[in-house]
Amino acid sequence: MKKVFAYPRALTKKRTHYCPGCTHGIIHRLVAEAIDDLGIQERTIGIAPVGCAVLAYEYFDVDFQEAAHGRAPAVATGIKRVHPESIVFSYQGDGDLASIGMAEIIHAATRGEKITVIFVNNTVYGMTGGQMAPTTLPGQKTTTSPYGRDTATVGYPIRVCELLSTLDGPSYLARVSVHDPAHIKKAGQAIRQAFAMQVAGKGFSLVEVLSSCPTNWGMTPTQALTQVKEKLIPYYPLGVFRMTEEVAGDDA
Amino acid sequence: MERVMMKGNEALAEGAIRAGCRYFFGYPITPQNEIPEYMARRLPEVGGVFLQAESEVSAINMVYGAGGAGGRVLTSSSSPGISLKQEGISYIAGAQVPCVIVNVARGGPGLGGLNPSQSDYFQATKGGGHGDYRLLVYAPGNAQEMVDLIGLAFDKAEEYRNPVMILSDAIMGQMMEPVALPAMRTETTEKPWATTGKQGRSKPNIINSLGLVGEDLERINIELQAKYARLAAAEVRYETDGTGEADLIVVAYGTSSRVVRSAINRLRQEGKKVGLFRPITLWPFPKEALASLAAEGKRFLVVEMSAGQLVEDVILAVNDRAKVSFFGKLNGTVPTVREVYDRILSSLPEGGEG
Ligand SMILES: Cc1ncc(C[n+]2csc(CCOP(=O)(O)OP(=O)(O)O)c2C)c(N)n1
Ligand code: SF4
Repeated sequence: MKKVFAYPRALTKKRTHYCPGCTHGIIHRLVAEAIDDLGIQERTIGIAPVGCAVLAYEYFDVDFQEAAHGRAPAVATGIKRVHPESIVFSYQGDGDLASIGMAEIIHAATRGEKITVIFVNNTVYGMTGGQMAPTTLPGQKTTTSPYGRDTATVGYPIRVCELLSTLDGPSYLARVSVHDPAHIKKAGQAIRQAFAMQVAGKGFSLVEVLSSCPTNWGMTPTQALTQVKEKLIPYYPLGVFRMTEEVAGDDA
Repeated sequence: MERVMMKGNEALAEGAIRAGCRYFFGYPITPQNEIPEYMARRLPEVGGVFLQAESEVSAINMVYGAGGAGGRVLTSSSSPGISLKQEGISYIAGAQVPCVIVNVARGGPGLGGLNPSQSDYFQATKGGGHGDYRLLVYAPGNAQEMVDLIGLAFDKAEEYRNPVMILSDAIMGQMMEPVALPAMRTETTEKPWATTGKQGRSKPNIINSLGLVGEDLERINIELQAKYARLAAAEVRYETDGTGEADLIVVAYGTSSRVVRSAINRLRQEGKKVGLFRPITLWPFPKEALASLAAEGKRFLVVEMSAGQLVEDVILAVNDRAKVSFFGKLNGTVPTVREVYDRILSSLPEGGEG
């Protein structure tokens, strides 16, 4: 039985540095709950990205390595190959994963590397002050697309789950959102499923989480959540893009 | 000890295996392909992991992960690939993760050529990546040293928790020589800092190179500099051959030191007083040994396959106390014994005829 409001053991008590209303904190909590639920805290190793979650290692009570920008899947690969019995996950933003780290994520996925990736898509480069990301929506204003993303000159956003679903390596690919309690619950189930795949020895698993960045979107936290619901979800449809075979204990 | 004939690259690879290396991540590039190919064959036999990465960038980051997780890990590449690894090397140095990186150097800049070169000396010894960091850099002079130094490299990498580089070149990698192989090592080092999963530890192990707060970064850098000072005090290696009685000392490492040795032997038969000083560690550089030779009034000639990189360290070491001349090859070929012989003759002081 899971206590709904219990503080996850896999989180430290440290206060996070995230902006008010930022959904990185919720995603951390969902990851920690999955780790608790599966009883894997003592053998889990995380990889922090370069991005707003660079300090993730301060918030999770598990071993951690901090990677260079975009290289987390390669670092995860090195760790997993040394400790195949451990549970290895990377936590990455959209600039980190879908721009500078595109080669690393595609190759980790196609190798079926037995790691779990939590991919936080907030459509901007949060940490560096809100520049255009590979996932920035058409027309979306950012500091480096001040007139709105012009698809005629800078092209279109990348849908990572759809892209990776062309590969045979992944065992589980899903896109979720954390803009309201019902979706948060589903997101938690997907994250748990992704870790469960790794526990069962299946290949690469990834959950893309649509996330808000009120600070760089220039919105209040509530407006930002509405933006996720009304603008992000239509462009980035939620769902499961790959499920090789459901594995144990999916009752969260 | 087993004696066998081996190519330099293969001797290095087998030496790594026997030193307990069980992980290799790399990307194909000439002239170092014998190393990954050997590892691809050999590592599965000893329960290790060989993985061909999608790029040198990924390979070095896999090395960072594997080394951080406590594995004895190797990567190898050649000049353009080593350039790509520099970001990762800087992170590895900053995070104090042990690993060994081999550069079987070829000519540059850019795509350059496939011929041997020593033009990556600056990159190996002065940084290459960003930040105030140092690599321990070994320059083997023969196939036996490939075996011996790769074993030492793993030990030193773990002792100091620092990346170690072996700077070789296309000739060193290809030449066949007899080598004595040591027995397979079985002992492993305790690594209480490694990311293994907490396994009951009260605190998580964290491997990173981040110092967002100014004082943190200063503390990290002071710690690193103290380590480099210990390294510099304890790990200098070089070989001297007839430097005591010499009027002229030729300074060279790796492939060029082999040519110099042949030229010197010929000159000695002719009664000339010529010595060889061969740095084996390029960093830390044997500057004190050179400084004391300079104080004895020796002259120096530096021979290298570059436009003049090692020569800068020799000039710094002798610090105006001696004359330093230079002979460099730029076309990706090895200087001939005749060329070096002539150069030494013309650099000898009056009366050097002995
Ligand atoms: C090699 C390199 N290039 C650029 C940067 C600067 N940088 C830091 S974070 C970041 C982007 C972060 O955006 P994202 O990955 O979307 O994560 P978020 O901050 O939005 O969570 C960039 C470009 C860097 N640290 N290293
Ligand atoms: S900048 Fe955006 S992504 Fe980063 S912490 Fe603030 S709200 Fe979150």
